[in-house]
Amino acid sequence: MPSVLLDQIAPAAPEVLLAVGSLVLLMIGAFRGNGATRLVAWLAVALLSLALYVVVDMPGETRVTFSGMFVTDRFGIFMKVLVLIGAIFAIPLSLDFARREGMERFELPVVMTLATVGMLMMISANDLISLYVGLELQSLSLYVLASFKRDSERATEAGLKYFVLGALSSGMLLYGASLIYGFTGSTAFPAIGAMLAQGTGGASIGLVIGIVFLVAGLAFKVSAVPFHMWTPDVYEGAPTPVTAFFAVAPKVAAMALFVRALVTPFGAIAGEWQQIIIFVAIASMVLGSVAAILQTNIKRLMAYSSIGHVGFALVGLAAANVQGVQGILIYMATYVAVNIGTFAVILSMRGPDGMMERIEDLAGLSRTRPLVAFVLAIFMFSLAGIPPMAGFFAKFYVFAAAIDAHLYALSVIGVLASVVGAYYYLRIVKIMYFDEPVVAFEPAPKGFAAVLAVSGVLTLGFVFVASPLVALAATAAKSLIPG
Amino acid sequence: MTTSIGLGHYLIVAAILFTLGIFGIFLNRKNVIIILMSVELMLLAVNINLVSFSVFLHDLVGQVFALFVLTVAAGEAAIGLAIIVVYFRNRGTIAVEDINLMKG
Repeated sequence: MPSVLLDQIAPAAPEVLLAVGSLVLLMIGAFRGNGATRLVAWLAVALLSLALYVVVDMPGETRVTFSGMFVTDRFGIFMKVLVLIGAIFAIPLSLDFARREGMERFELPVVMTLATVGMLMMISANDLISLYVGLELQSLSLYVLASFKRDSERATEAGLKYFVLGALSSGMLLYGASLIYGFTGSTAFPAIGAMLAQGTGGASIGLVIGIVFLVAGLAFKVSAVPFHMWTPDVYEGAPTPVTAFFAVAPKVAAMALFVRALVTPFGAIAGEWQQIIIFVAIASMVLGSVAAILQTNIKRLMAYSSIGHVGFALVGLAAANVQGVQGILIYMATYVAVNIGTFAVILSMRGPDGMMERIEDLAGLSRTRPLVAFVLAIFMFSLAGIPPMAGFFAKFYVFAAAIDAHLYALSVIGVLASVVGAYYYLRIVKIMYFDEPVVAFEPAPKGFAAVLAVSGVLTLGFVFVASPLVALAATAAKSLIPG
Repeated sequence: MTTSIGLGHYLIVAAILFTLGIFGIFLNRKNVIIILMSVELMLLAVNINLVSFSVFLHDLVGQVFALFVLTVAAGEAAIGLAIIVVYFRNRGTIAVEDINLMKG
């Protein structure tokens, strides 16, 4: 019966659409050559926008398909929208850079689209097998993207480091998955959850070791301390548009996977993994704040900033309740909005001798480009968590959830770390507004102003979009943790 | 009759192989290819785990999982070798201690 087949595939419609579409794009590129890069890129944007429409248009109730391996719910829809928005903005931002730096090849948008398919599969994974396959589709695409500028020593080194450490983390994640399978007898999240919910004696030691390995592998993918070592090198070495992509889309997808892979199967034994998440969150927040102070490269600074922000988002997971998941959703939404804008500014830092990446290069930006300086200042205030910017509300919701769950020490350390982190964000504002200009940047490519405007308005005017977003995040969180 | 080989023996073999793989990555200072081999060793250990659990649980899912792991490992090795080739073209070496352009 064809209609039965369609019903089976319907929950995975965006993934199927993107997978088939990216193969079509690959064929167009293969037949038309590198001259078709812009065409392929804009077709990829159209394809991702179509997928975004399909995702938004989905019915909200929870649906599973492919023998329970794949789930679509409001939590997944929320995260998928963020990932798709990140990818839709990252592809056009890469076009001008690729042309000037001699990496204008049609594979760039195609591999980005394939990575996005992997991310959507990660978000919808409802089984250890689909988790692994989605994660690897995303990771393998990202290894290629990191070393995409293949004549650059730094880009290939970044790709090599990312590959070695990523493969190590996949191995640990798999070892954990095999132990979880062995000690629970199932790979499906709901089945594991049901088994643990009716068990009385708590978790067996083998299962706990399995969870530890799984968390280690996932912490690698979201770049949480102590598994963050790859992040600064990869962010610095990879071509800047690829770094911009890394900073938004995979981070959101990995965080969604982290939440679902702990809450759905292991929600009943939250006490067993809460301690690990608390440690990881504290370590990430502190290291992200302290290590960033000494950085001189702005991409490296953004890497440490992202480590810190992952720590703040994990505070919500440590709370292990509906408010915590809601906080993570709001946090990731604001994180995407601010980071797209910040990387649009970094991508427009082009002097007479090519791309500039040092923080000092921003000196006097308020006089040479007052509007850009103003928007970047808004982003920095938001990243530091100063009201009324978006970043303040994001931090407010995760810490409110942590207080609700009586995690007082975690909250206090988190707020202190955010104060330390404010130092280096405000230093950028100081350099832009009070230092003498050294070089003037070339005019930014067309369209960057629009990205900056959208991102800046969302960040500054977050209070006006806050209530619908918070309501959406609340229903999304409830779909993951019923009751 | 002596004691037969049980699940525990398989798990111990897998754990030893997995540990060897991790040590191979961290203690090796010579060649990136050895890291690639160590990664394969870790995935092999996972497969032994999965297959032995599958047999002892009388459940086929573990063996299906092992097949997926094998397939993805092949793709991973292909991409890893490709990255090593472009890296070698740029630097003329694949010694682990020379991978140090970025630090801090």
